[in-house]
Amino acid sequence: MRDGFSYLLKKYPEVFIIGQGLWSPWYVGNSMTNLDKEFGVERVIDTPVSESACTGAAVGAALAGMKPIMVHPRMDFMLYAMDSIVNEAAKWSSMTGGQAHAGVTIRAIINRGGEQGAQHSQALHSWFVHIPGLRVVMPYSVSDARDLLIASVLCGDPVIYIDDRWLYSNEEVLQPIVELDLKNQGPKVIKDGTDITLVAAGFSTQLALEAAEKLNNQNISAEVIDVRVLSPLSPNVILDSVRKTGRLIAIDGGWGPAGFSSEIITVVTESIDPALLKSSSKRVTLPFAPAPVAANLEQVYYPTSDDVVRSAVNAVRR
Amino acid sequence: MDDFKDLDTNSKELSTINFDEKLEVSAVEKNELIADFSSMLTIRVVEQKLAQMRKNGLIGGPVHLGAGQEAIAVGISKFLRKSDRIFSGHRSHTHLLALGAEPRKLFAEVLGRNTGFTKGAGGSMHLWDGDNGFLGAVPIVAGTVSLAVGAALASRLQGKNDIAVAYFGDGAMEEGVVHESMNLARQLNSPVLFVCENNLFSSHMHISQRQPLNSVLRFAKANDIYSKIIDGNNITRIKQVAEKMIKIARDTYSPVFIEAITYRHYGHVDWREDLDVGVNRSSEDLKLWKSRDPIERLKSSLIASKIVQASELEKIRIEIDLQIDHAWDTATNDPKADINSLIADVLKR
Repeated sequence: MRDGFSYLLKKYPEVFIIGQGLWSPWYVGNSMTNLDKEFGVERVIDTPVSESACTGAAVGAALAGMKPIMVHPRMDFMLYAMDSIVNEAAKWSSMTGGQAHAGVTIRAIINRGGEQGAQHSQALHSWFVHIPGLRVVMPYSVSDARDLLIASVLCGDPVIYIDDRWLYSNEEVLQPIVELDLKNQGPKVIKDGTDITLVAAGFSTQLALEAAEKLNNQNISAEVIDVRVLSPLSPNVILDSVRKTGRLIAIDGGWGPAGFSSEIITVVTESIDPALLKSSSKRVTLPFAPAPVAANLEQVYYPTSDDVVRSAVNAVRR
Repeated sequence: MDDFKDLDTNSKELSTINFDEKLEVSAVEKNELIADFSSMLTIRVVEQKLAQMRKNGLIGGPVHLGAGQEAIAVGISKFLRKSDRIFSGHRSHTHLLALGAEPRKLFAEVLGRNTGFTKGAGGSMHLWDGDNGFLGAVPIVAGTVSLAVGAALASRLQGKNDIAVAYFGDGAMEEGVVHESMNLARQLNSPVLFVCENNLFSSHMHISQRQPLNSVLRFAKANDIYSKIIDGNNITRIKQVAEKMIKIARDTYSPVFIEAITYRHYGHVDWREDLDVGVNRSSEDLKLWKSRDPIERLKSSLIASKIVQASELEKIRIEIDLQIDHAWDTATNDPKADINSLIADVLKR
């Protein structure tokens, strides 16, 4: 991500970054270290705790020709900015008859666990998938974290780019940067399989991959799809996979009801002949409760790869 | 309590305004005065036309009319450039038309026609006109105030001397984001002109029922922003203040704040006067404020100072009436919105 930010700031003078904690490594891990020193505090702007005004300002700057990146170090605090995101940024293209676009990238960090509790833990990507006029991106791989960030900033539309701190220790040897057109990016098969399709995004993709490996030991071949771009959703890769395997589990780090996992199952249900399905579709999500603080509760709260394995085994061996 | 209120400079400033004073026109060029008169009257006639057509049922959606408030936008717009970045709220027709935008396009927009500013997508409440630097108006109260701060910040980052303008009402001062926005603009040296059109009403409620003071100037002072309260129905006074404030914003990348006291002739929405639903909105008040009409005040000052004859202004009125009638008739025959735009315009093509 830091490479992505650095690339954008270097190449595009219209890019600037605004948000809380940008002059301190405290809030955003290593993902933005020393960008303020390298590119100046005029382009990497730490702000007062005014999520609403800052997000609105980023939207307004986009309408005035800039390519701003708004950073919310915790998604929970971003809820103060919902008007700027949902009423303003998402609507601008439609409301202006396609003549003006709020090309702002809003980076929201999911920062959970560590006994932080209900207001320091939420993964609210599903909310934004519900809103026409937003693109929603959730990288899992290290290269996507960089390349989809760049694609988000360059696409000209408002993008909610959501990354998960639980992925920050992952490593990958990166290829040189190639600018991608976000419009052409979508779900990818990241592990082939024949018995069951596991669909996930962000950190849940890691759970799916771990589960696929464990399932392999039980002679179950799982195909893993990393959604990458949640909205607008291109369903074809998912549909092709489920047509092949006949089984689907949607894994989501958010809540179940009206959530992204529901959308995945709906897309499959609407498009695939039920005769091709060998079991009912399942989802693995958070229990429908706010995040707890107590360590023992936290342990049962967050889904694990074993939960995915159990669900997959039930579907295949029923 | 009264003793303490007496100490408050804000309420003092409001009480020093003479809303019935004669306009100082002698030092202004005749052409400029005539232009001001014509701009204000054009907007008035447009608003009256919209009121009438909404009442007749020819306009399908709500219109929030700015009749009575024309002087503010006309005065401010004299000092704006096409490259400035203007934002507004639900009562925005005056702000857009004062920039020289075509009435026919506004009519077409309100009628949902493909020839409107946004091809019928925005209607009265979501106006946009890129050609005139009008970057957008929305009906969420205070929805664009923070956007204006960002557009002003962008001007500084782009090394330009353009300013942003945020028009909003006294009701918007009750939204938290306005206070965040003023603090942010001051802290980030963003050249934004905040214009609070204080027409004393938020929908049906008088400001005295919503705020401890009838003036909102205290909020600008709290954020260390240059501010001025003015009679919003006095075009010459507005221009004096706007010129000075806009120069400060342009030259120093500072936010500035104007509170303009005014009154709307129509009710909150559509053609009615809202005497029935408005709390503290009496026919006496309406009559009093109509006697302070910004157009009539300019007109009577012009005639009293013998700058123009009444017949000359009457001729202008007739011409404007004909132009606006023609604009309306043209717009009603314009093509409807494009069906494909519904989905195609959601994201950038």
